[in-house]
Amino acid sequence: MSDATHAHDAVHRDDFGARLGMWLFLVTEIVLFGGLFIAYAYMRATYPAEFHHAGAELNATLGVTNTVVLLTSSLTVVLSLVAIQRGDKVKTMAFLSTTLVLGVTFLVIKSFEWATKFHHGLYPNAPHLATLPHGEQVFFGLYFTMTGLHGLHVIAGLSVLAYMLVKVAREEIRQDQYVLLENGGLYWHLVDVIWIFLLPLFYLAA
Amino acid sequence: MSTHATTGQPSYLVDTGARKGLVAWLLSTDHKRIGLLYLGSMVFFFFVAVALGFVMRLVQLTSFEHLITAQTYNALFTLHGVIMVFLFVVPGLPAVFGNFFLPILIGAKDVAFPRLNLASWYFYMAGAAIVVIALFTGGGAPDTGWTFYVPFSLRTGTNVGLAVFGAFILGFSSMLTGINFITTIHRMRAPGMGWFRMPLFCWAVYSTAWIQILATPILAITLVLVILERAFGIGIFDPAKGGDPLLYEHLFWIYSHPAVYIMILPAMGAITEIIPTFAKRTIFGYKAIAFSSVAIAGVGSLVWAHHMFTSGLSQFAVMTFSLLTMIVAVPSAIKVFNWVSTLYKGSIDFQPPLLFALTFIFLFCIGGLTGVMLGALAVNVHVHDTYFVVGHFHYVMFGGTGFAFFAALLYWFPKMFGKMYSKKAIYASWFPLFIGFNMLYFTMLVLGVMGMPRRYFHHLPQFNTGHEIATVGSWFLVLGLLMFFGTLVHALFKGEKAEDNPWGGVTLEWTIPSPPPQENFEEIPTITTGPYHFPQESQG
Repeated sequence: MSDATHAHDAVHRDDFGARLGMWLFLVTEIVLFGGLFIAYAYMRATYPAEFHHAGAELNATLGVTNTVVLLTSSLTVVLSLVAIQRGDKVKTMAFLSTTLVLGVTFLVIKSFEWATKFHHGLYPNAPHLATLPHGEQVFFGLYFTMTGLHGLHVIAGLSVLAYMLVKVAREEIRQDQYVLLENGGLYWHLVDVIWIFLLPLFYLAA
Repeated sequence: MSTHATTGQPSYLVDTGARKGLVAWLLSTDHKRIGLLYLGSMVFFFFVAVALGFVMRLVQLTSFEHLITAQTYNALFTLHGVIMVFLFVVPGLPAVFGNFFLPILIGAKDVAFPRLNLASWYFYMAGAAIVVIALFTGGGAPDTGWTFYVPFSLRTGTNVGLAVFGAFILGFSSMLTGINFITTIHRMRAPGMGWFRMPLFCWAVYSTAWIQILATPILAITLVLVILERAFGIGIFDPAKGGDPLLYEHLFWIYSHPAVYIMILPAMGAITEIIPTFAKRTIFGYKAIAFSSVAIAGVGSLVWAHHMFTSGLSQFAVMTFSLLTMIVAVPSAIKVFNWVSTLYKGSIDFQPPLLFALTFIFLFCIGGLTGVMLGALAVNVHVHDTYFVVGHFHYVMFGGTGFAFFAALLYWFPKMFGKMYSKKAIYASWFPLFIGFNMLYFTMLVLGVMGMPRRYFHHLPQFNTGHEIATVGSWFLVLGLLMFFGTLVHALFKGEKAEDNPWGGVTLEWTIPSPPPQENFEEIPTITTGPYHFPQESQG
């Protein structure tokens, strides 16, 4: 760790600075979702009964399953980081690949969920949804917006981690130089953390 | 010209790598070149928006009212606002002078993430391009005003979706620049440069960067919601589906009011650099100015609903926001008093940058005080959405940020380009600028109190005289702008060679050659004193 070293001693490398930059970026992501959480809080306060009723439409089992999948994928990212710190390239790649598989699993389960909602006519601008009370329309508007945006973040995170996998294979990420993987992992944890909040707000709202 | 006696390094303006000419500029990660890329693009967009404003003023003359249609007028004020706010005033000082001078002022060779810095410029240009494309495609130029208020922005057939997407991309540029600057200040300060030895411009840029990080994502998500609402009808802002337009106003202003401080804080920072140099005195109240920047950033994030006093908020809410709004005037006033105190008993060397800095203080005071008037509930309800508001924010944004931008440009121009402009020509441009500015915007304040609503295409006959004065003022203003920038462009090609330290400044940028060498410093300096340490002053 070069934390104690001053940035100028190694002009082209400042791991602490790189991590700081990443954390600041994560702040912007949290604020981005923060706007949606504000909207959710306000709407839920306005329509408590409708949110309760609409929440019952969601499949809590699938939601919880996805939570477990995503939490496990965060664990494997940490394990890959530990492996690279020990210089074990094979394990690093194995754990990173597991994360990718779990991330894709999450998206597959998510797509089944969305498909079911579409099938039941519960999507924005659907004729059936328009017949439901206002609060339920807003609930599904928020549901698709927030899980959709989260899904995009999952895709972004998977792309980042796939890129990291390539870098590990090429040994551009290695035992003495792994801040990129660390930052990629941080991003993946953020994706995870946001999901942890989405689960109770939507799936357990009933 | 390319090299300097005191350094072996060539100037940053010389191509030494494999790439030459335009390509070398477009792919450069040198913070100085990126600063100039921003400067060039911003001056261009500034003049586009000036031209739009010029036409708007012209139409308010009775004999020209058939020049354009009412719908075109709506598009004009929208574009004037969008371009000025998102392409000039918000990114203006941090992107140009922050990029160019922040690393130099803290004794660094570059920013923390040079490639991200270049990417930010490309985000800026991509956002700008999308906004421009939105004008000519789809249902035509947006007509919502720069605030994109729902439900109108959901219903209008004009190309709001694409324009909003452009603003979203511009937000990325702003956030990434903020991340870069914070990391740079935390990690790249020269040995011995503690937080309280940083020039105050750095404190201002630092506070600004935090607002950019904490407020811009809210705008981003709000704009995404507008796009989703238009594309899929998600219903969050749509009252027909249970949504609430007021929620949009809150989310929009949670960003857009702090954005006002993104605009003004770096401007104040630049003024704080200029005043000590020309007063030949250390700054009065260094810490007060540093902390007032942070205080403005903090309190300024809690005043957004003063844009919404007439929207039906509760009495308690409006009183709270009114109080907070008045509190934010305190740190602003602290800065003004400190600038004036710095000048007091200084050995004043009157030069063009100081003239523009003093003009800034004068115009900003009018802007700030009318802001306090608007923060008072009783006055606000009377003048809400009138020309008073338009006049007020032009005093702050143009009289404040704009004139500070001009002052900073005059101050740092010799350093940036190694050329000196004609001081006489700059003084000459000041008169039409100052007279035109006040004729235009002070008249707007009066018109607003008389009851002239903003964004109206037609006006009642009792406002004729006021509109005539304002339009004539806009002619003077444009004349002054052309003279000002004409002088600088002339200096760029024909100007005399500038000295390394033409103003007798003592901050780090004046210790290196003009224009600066590629790596800024021959050797990273070690800092032993505060930033405004004038040797001649310590005697008295």
